[in-house]
Amino acid sequence: MTKRIWLLPWIGFLVSLPAAAAWQVNLSPGHTAIARDIHDLHMIIFWVCVAIGVVVFGVMFWSILHHRKSKGAEAHHFHENTVVEILWTLIPFGILIAMAVPATATLIRMYDSTEADLDVQITGYQWKWRYQYLGQDIDYFSVLSTPREQINNEEEKGEHYLLEVDNPLVLPAGKKVRFLLTSNDVIHSWWVPSFAVKKDAIPGFVNEAWVIPEEPGIYRGQCTELCGKDHGFMPVVVEVKPQEEFDQWLADAKAAAAEQAASAEQEWTLEQLMQRGEQVYNTSCAACHQASGQGVPGAFPALAGSPITTGDIDAHIDIVLHGKAGTAMQAFGSQLNAVDLAAVITFERNAWGNDTGDSVSPQQIAERNQ
Amino acid sequence: METTLGQNLGDTHHDHGPASGIGRWLFTTNHKDIGTLYLWFSLLMFLTGGTMALLIRAELFQPGLQLVQPEFFNQMTTMHGLIMVFGAVMPAFVGLANWLVPMMIGAPDMALPRMNNWSFWILPFAFAMMISTLFMEGGAPNFGWTFYAPLSTTYAPPSVTFFIFAVHMMGISSIMGAINVIATILNLRAPGMTMMKLPLFVWSWLITAFLLIAVMPVLAGVVTMMLMDIHFGTSFFNAAGGGDPVLFQHVFWFFGHPEVYIMILPAFGIISEIIPTFARKRLFGYASMVYAIASIAILSFLVWAHHMFTVGLPLAGELFFMFATMLIAVPTGVKVFNWVATMFRGSLTFETPMLFALAFVVLFTIGGFSGLMLAIAPADFQYHDTYFVVAHFHYVLVPGAIFSIMAATYFWLPKWTGHMINERMGKIHFWLSFVGVNITFFPMHFVGLAGMPRRIPDYALQFADFNSVASVGAFIFGFSQLLFLYNVIACIRGGARATDRVWEGAHGLEWTLPSPAPYHSFSQPPVVK
Ligand code: HEC
Ligand SMILES: [Cu+2]
Repeated sequence: MTKRIWLLPWIGFLVSLPAAAAWQVNLSPGHTAIARDIHDLHMIIFWVCVAIGVVVFGVMFWSILHHRKSKGAEAHHFHENTVVEILWTLIPFGILIAMAVPATATLIRMYDSTEADLDVQITGYQWKWRYQYLGQDIDYFSVLSTPREQINNEEEKGEHYLLEVDNPLVLPAGKKVRFLLTSNDVIHSWWVPSFAVKKDAIPGFVNEAWVIPEEPGIYRGQCTELCGKDHGFMPVVVEVKPQEEFDQWLADAKAAAAEQAASAEQEWTLEQLMQRGEQVYNTSCAACHQASGQGVPGAFPALAGSPITTGDIDAHIDIVLHGKAGTAMQAFGSQLNAVDLAAVITFERNAWGNDTGDSVSPQQIAERNQ
Repeated sequence: METTLGQNLGDTHHDHGPASGIGRWLFTTNHKDIGTLYLWFSLLMFLTGGTMALLIRAELFQPGLQLVQPEFFNQMTTMHGLIMVFGAVMPAFVGLANWLVPMMIGAPDMALPRMNNWSFWILPFAFAMMISTLFMEGGAPNFGWTFYAPLSTTYAPPSVTFFIFAVHMMGISSIMGAINVIATILNLRAPGMTMMKLPLFVWSWLITAFLLIAVMPVLAGVVTMMLMDIHFGTSFFNAAGGGDPVLFQHVFWFFGHPEVYIMILPAFGIISEIIPTFARKRLFGYASMVYAIASIAILSFLVWAHHMFTVGLPLAGELFFMFATMLIAVPTGVKVFNWVATMFRGSLTFETPMLFALAFVVLFTIGGFSGLMLAIAPADFQYHDTYFVVAHFHYVLVPGAIFSIMAATYFWLPKWTGHMINERMGKIHFWLSFVGVNITFFPMHFVGLAGMPRRIPDYALQFADFNSVASVGAFIFGFSQLLFLYNVIACIRGGARATDRVWEGAHGLEWTLPSPAPYHSFSQPPVVK
């Protein structure tokens, strides 16, 4: 009895299995017509494989059971049979043609991105998504919002761990939305399983994809093309709203943008800039330069005590505005507004013992960002 | 004819054995010594790459970051892939070719023995250089074994240059190995050994060698273009300079797809030797096996863009590559049907090599099924770059290529060492590997379908359960391989004496040589009737 004690944890593990969260084993049918078509194709080809497997493995296991030497089986001496060989070439060929027909039809429908009601440009950045509603003056970034503490196991993980963002993409239900995908740096891939939309975002290319979201709700996905260090930390979240709510959201978003623009005119104290700068730094810069300002040796330089962050202000502003071509340092002049830029630069010049006492104003930024 | 031949040689021809000391291994031009070097090197790389895989699985045991940071995780996935493909699987097959091709076709040695020495000795330097990048500032390559530009060019760590140089060296080694195999098979066959009498292992290697010669220069080309982009101001893959990042993928996969067949065709050859032996029955459909391998090889040049269904190919391109890919299922099916028909109405026994061969047939076929699913382009939009793909290619590579290599080792080891393997230990190794491999890779289908992308160090909570199962399986599989090491060493050092024929149902020239096989295989050509 005592010898079996080692079994206990295993029994505990097995018993706890059904109680544990999701043991999803299959593709979910999704929430659009195309996603359901793809799910059907997936199930058909799956059952075709199962059927072939049953026959092939059936014969194999039959032989293993019955044609074994230990049961006195004598080897027969056939080693070819033209008819059988032709048959088992032609039958699979026929099955494949039968599969190719619905697959082709679905693919043709997936490629028809004409007559869209709304165009959204999606740009991949290391490691965030930018959504621009074409012709609507709405343009924002979407960044992982899971706190670092959860990732580092210092806090309990939330329900949508790693699948949550600060600003989701918002879409109207029932409308055909066309996505124009591209990238600012390396290749990313934008995937929402429920929509069966996965398309690579490639620098220098504009790819197309589309969706007609059917029901309001929140849909989650991830970047699926290895894009560097935080590839696993750039989720996609789409919030689908009924048309009226979407229109309201659109109006609110435009108003907020106008307010932002106005705030560039006002005076900012060093303290206000530092506070805002820290937030901006944590969402836009810390992935590379680290919250500690120490960077990652060999990949991303330290900003604490760097000659740029403690030296000439204009050189500092320039590298943040224009980035550095051929490196991972992006041109933030086209990503952040003047207030955020002023704030983050001020923050960098005063945090981690840099203590220059410098304060950069939004007006200064606007001037250099001509 | 054959059985007495080996002993006679000793008298008529002064049979000089190996040199002594380290010089034997450094300067050897003997196909058996070089084969041994390749096989040990490959085993060392297998254990190295496997250790990296265990680190990956340990990190993925639970959600959250526990053991490694993302930048190191990416280096591990990259190095694991590169080491397993170029360091473990390919050199193992070259090692087997070295040992077996001359013995199977009745030749004394490989056709180009000095080049043979060189093609092996390049490899340790190439891998020493590649592995040393782990200790460089900025770390090792971290852009995946597929090294897509511009992540591997503009955004790569400085060590990428060493990686490029290492890939060039591996390519040169492979090309020389391939030339040697072709020269040997075409020129050194014993009288009467016509092409359509060649053992299937030899046929599969002949075709593999042509694939290698065709695509290794393409790999060299693509890494050279990277080198130019990184150091000489060109913009092949740099969109800002008018270049085309998708071009990289086309060129890479034009190499990469035939490459995956390079890693599986010799396995087909091995399985086609082992199954008839333990079924005590001739291989069913020999000629159709040869044609099937040849058609798979030809089709492998026409399907590369099925790795790129989501890059935005035009519709016509998607359809072409979907149809061509589905077509590969036909010759692959023929092979599986032939193996099953060989077993049917045979007289089967289940020694260790046969167990690995049977597991190969079942599990490789499962990998083939998921491959067929991936070929359906619309569905691939859901599967692409998820764990479903990881499950697929590990099924064809681990219980596929790697099991075939282990089957081959257990099968021919008695011929190489003169000792039988310890069947009991062999079977324990087999069952642990079989169970481990399935616990590791089967759940990956599930998490992939549920939406988990590949190459991520941390994942959402709904993927947690199957990930911990996979990690447990990986540790079972990984540690069982120490038994393989033990079994091989035990068999070299002793064991029951092997007869010349070794296995009751064995056919082929290699079994007519004494066990262990003499240092020079056939100094006088046997006559094949
Ligand atoms: C994707 C990674 C990444 C992100 C995000 C990023 N940087 Fe950088 N940054 C770099 C790299 C790489 C360099 C080094 C460029 C070079 O080679 O000179 C750099 C350099 C710099 C420098 C010059 C440092 C020096 O001493 O040379 C400053 C200042 C800087 N970044 C500020 C920022 C700010 C402010 C943000 C956020 C708004 C930010 N970076 C976000 C990667 C990044
Ligand atoms: Cu990405």
